[in-house]
Amino acid sequence: MLNALLVMLGLAVVLGAVLGFASLKFKVEGNPLVEKVNDILPQIQCGQCGFPGCKPYAEAIGAGNTPINLCAPGGEPTMLRLADLLGIEPQPLAADAALPKPKQVALIDEQTCIGCTLCFQACPVDAIVGAAKQMHTIIASECTGCELCLPPCPVDCITMEKVDEGMSGWKWKYPLYPISDARNDLEETV
Amino acid sequence: MRALHPFHGGVHPAEHKSESTQLGIAVAPLPARLVIPLRQHSGSPAKPLVDVGDQVLKGQKIGAAEGYISSSVHAPSSGRVAAIEMRPAPHPSGLPDLSIVLETDGEERWVERQNMDYRAVDFAGLRQHMQDMGVVGLGGAVFPSHVKLNASGLETLVINAAECEPYITCDDMLMRERAAEVVQGIMIAQHAMGAREVLIGIEDNKPQAIAAMQAACQGTGFEVVAVPTLYPSGSAKQLIKLLTGKEVPSGGLPTQIGVQCFNVATAYTIHRVVNHGEPVISRLVTLTGNMAEPRNYEVLIGTPVGELVKLAGPKADTTGYLMGGPMMGLPLADLSVPVVKATNCIIATSKALFPPLPRAMPCIRCTRCAEACPADLQPQELFWFSKAKNFDKAQEYNLFDCIECGCCSYVCPSHIPLVQFYRFAKCEISAQEKERKAAELARERHEFRELRLEREKLEKAAKHAAKAAQVAAKPAEEGGDDAAAAARKAAIQAAIERAKAKKAAVAPQNVDDLPPEAQAKIDEIDARRAQARETAEQSVAVQKNVEGQGAQK
Repeated sequence: MLNALLVMLGLAVVLGAVLGFASLKFKVEGNPLVEKVNDILPQIQCGQCGFPGCKPYAEAIGAGNTPINLCAPGGEPTMLRLADLLGIEPQPLAADAALPKPKQVALIDEQTCIGCTLCFQACPVDAIVGAAKQMHTIIASECTGCELCLPPCPVDCITMEKVDEGMSGWKWKYPLYPISDARNDLEETV
Repeated sequence: MRALHPFHGGVHPAEHKSESTQLGIAVAPLPARLVIPLRQHSGSPAKPLVDVGDQVLKGQKIGAAEGYISSSVHAPSSGRVAAIEMRPAPHPSGLPDLSIVLETDGEERWVERQNMDYRAVDFAGLRQHMQDMGVVGLGGAVFPSHVKLNASGLETLVINAAECEPYITCDDMLMRERAAEVVQGIMIAQHAMGAREVLIGIEDNKPQAIAAMQAACQGTGFEVVAVPTLYPSGSAKQLIKLLTGKEVPSGGLPTQIGVQCFNVATAYTIHRVVNHGEPVISRLVTLTGNMAEPRNYEVLIGTPVGELVKLAGPKADTTGYLMGGPMMGLPLADLSVPVVKATNCIIATSKALFPPLPRAMPCIRCTRCAEACPADLQPQELFWFSKAKNFDKAQEYNLFDCIECGCCSYVCPSHIPLVQFYRFAKCEISAQEKERKAAELARERHEFRELRLEREKLEKAAKHAAKAAQVAAKPAEEGGDDAAAAARKAAIQAAIERAKAKKAAVAPQNVDDLPPEAQAKIDEIDARRAQARETAEQSVAVQKNVEGQGAQK
C-alpha cells in the first residue's frame, strides 16, 4: 500500500518536473497564428484594411472576429489563402473594394519638392531619403507602392509610376489551345 | 572503348542533318546595318559604352558587363553607331530590347588585337579576360563562361559536341573544319580548371567530326567518345551522366560532382579570344529546312535574320522560321530580329516538313511521357499540377529539374503541349518567389521603422526628463541665480553702451571741414527747415485748438 503510494507520488513529482521544464523551455511567444497570417499578407503596409499596417491586421485576424477580405493589394488570392489557413469559408471581397493595382513605385518630382519632410514621416518602410529643406527622393527598390506618401505632400510632387520590368518581368502565359471534339474529328477522318 | 552510362528515356526524331553538311562553311556577307542587343547572355544586360554617332572599330567593346553574371558585347564590324534604341529581339516574349544599331562602313578595321599567354596569367585574370571578351556558352543557354570556369581541381571536363537536335550541324561542321583550333580552346579550359580528364562527347551520326577530332587530339590525352544518337544527349546533365556515370544532384551544379561541361563552339571562341585576341563577334549558324541550298555560315552577331536567310534561298512554300532546333527552337514572328550569340540554327518551315499537329486531346495517363523523360520525372503529374496551378505540388515533383527538352510533348499521343505548362509553372513560381522576397524585405523595413520610432520616443522622453531634473535642481543654488541675473544685466548695459558709442563714432563724414560759403549755405537751409517746421507745428496747434473748442461746444 505504502509502496504503491510512494511510487505514484514519485511518478507525479518526476512527470510534473518534466512538464514544468518543458513549459519553460518550449514556451511559445505570442500567437503563432498571427505570424502565419502575417506571412500571407503582402506587407505593403498601406493601411487600406483600416489597421495601421499588415502586422496589426494579422493580430486582429488572429484575435478573431475580423473579416479576412479587407486586404486590397492582396485581393482575392490573399483572401483565399487566409481562408485556407484559418479553415473558414472564403469571404468575397466587397463589390466596391479597390482592385489590386499593378506593381508601382512612388516618384518625387525633384523640381517641385520643397523639402518639407512630411512624406518620409508617412512612409511605412523608410523608403524616402531627404532632410528638412533638402530635396527628397524615393529608394525605388524599397518602395512598396502603398501611396501613403501622396496625401501629406503639400505641393503634390509625388506621383505613382507603374513598374515596367520589360523582358526581365515577362512570364510564359497559361497555355490555351483548342482541344479536339472526338466525334467530329472521327467524322472528318472517316 | 569507354563504358557508357545511358540516361533514362530520350527520343530519336528524324535527323535531317545531311542536308546542311554537303557544303563547307561559308562566310556571310557584311550587312549594311547590324543590330546588337545588349542582352545576349543570361544574367543582367550589358551597359552601353558608346554614344550615337560614335565611330567604332571591329572588335571594340561597345557594351560592358554589368555585375558578375553578365558579359560584354563588341562591335562585329567597323562603322558608326546609328542608334541605341529598343529593337525586336529573339525572345519568346516578342518584346523589344535595348540594342546598339551599327551602320557598317565596309572597311572592317580591327581594334588592336592582343593575344595572351594563358599559362602566364593567373586564373582570375583569365576569367576577367573571358568576361571582357564576351565569352558565353554557345550551346544555346548563353551562360557567361567566366562563371563556369571558376572551379578548380576538377575531375572531368566534358566537352559537349553531341549536337543532338535534328537539323543543326554548326558544331559538326566546326569540328570537321577547325578541329585543331577547338582542341586549343579545350586546352585553355582544362588549364583554367585543372581538369585531370577531358572527355569529348560526339554523337555517332557525325563520323567525320569524330575522325577530325581524334586526329586533332593526338598526343593531348583528350578522349573523343562516340555516344549513341539519342535526343537529348546534348543536354549537359544527360551528357555528364552518359560519359561519367555521375548524376548532377537536383538543383545542384556539375562542379559539385567534380565535372564541368563546355560546348565545343565555346571552346573554339575561347581559343580565338585567348590566342588571337578576337572577342566573340561572329558564330556559325546553320541555315536549313525548306531552303534551296542549306549550309553553315559564319555570321556576324547582329546580322538581321531576314537578310541572312536569303543566302540559302528559302523555297516559295516556306511558312515561317525557327531559331534553334525543332525540339526547343523559337518560332520567329519578326524577321528583323538579329542573329545573337545563342543563334545556332535557322530552320525554314513548311507544311511538308512540319505538318501541323492534330488538335490536343485529354491526357489518358498512358505515361509514355514518363518513359521518354530524360530527367527521370513524371511529366503527366507535372502537367496535372501545372494545369491546376498547384505549384507547391509541382515543385514537390521536381519541376525545376525539367530541362524543357520536349521529349514528353514529342511522344504524347494526345498531342498536349506539355512543355508550355512547365514553362508557365516555372515562371509563376519564380515570380511568386520574387514577390515573397519583396514582402519579406518590406516587412523587415517596416518592423525596423516601428523599432526606430519607439526608440526615438524613448530617447526624447529621457531627454525631457533630464532637462526637467536640471530645471528642478537650479533654484536650490539661489545666490548663484542672483549673481547670474546681475551679470546678465551688466552685460546688457555694456552692450547698450557699446551701441551708443558706435552710433556717435559714425557721424556724417561729408559735412566736416567744409569751406565757409558751403557752411553758410547749410546753415541757411537748416534755418529755413526750422522755420518750416515751426509754421507747420503752429498750424497743427491752431487746428487742434479749433477742434478742441468745437468739441467743447
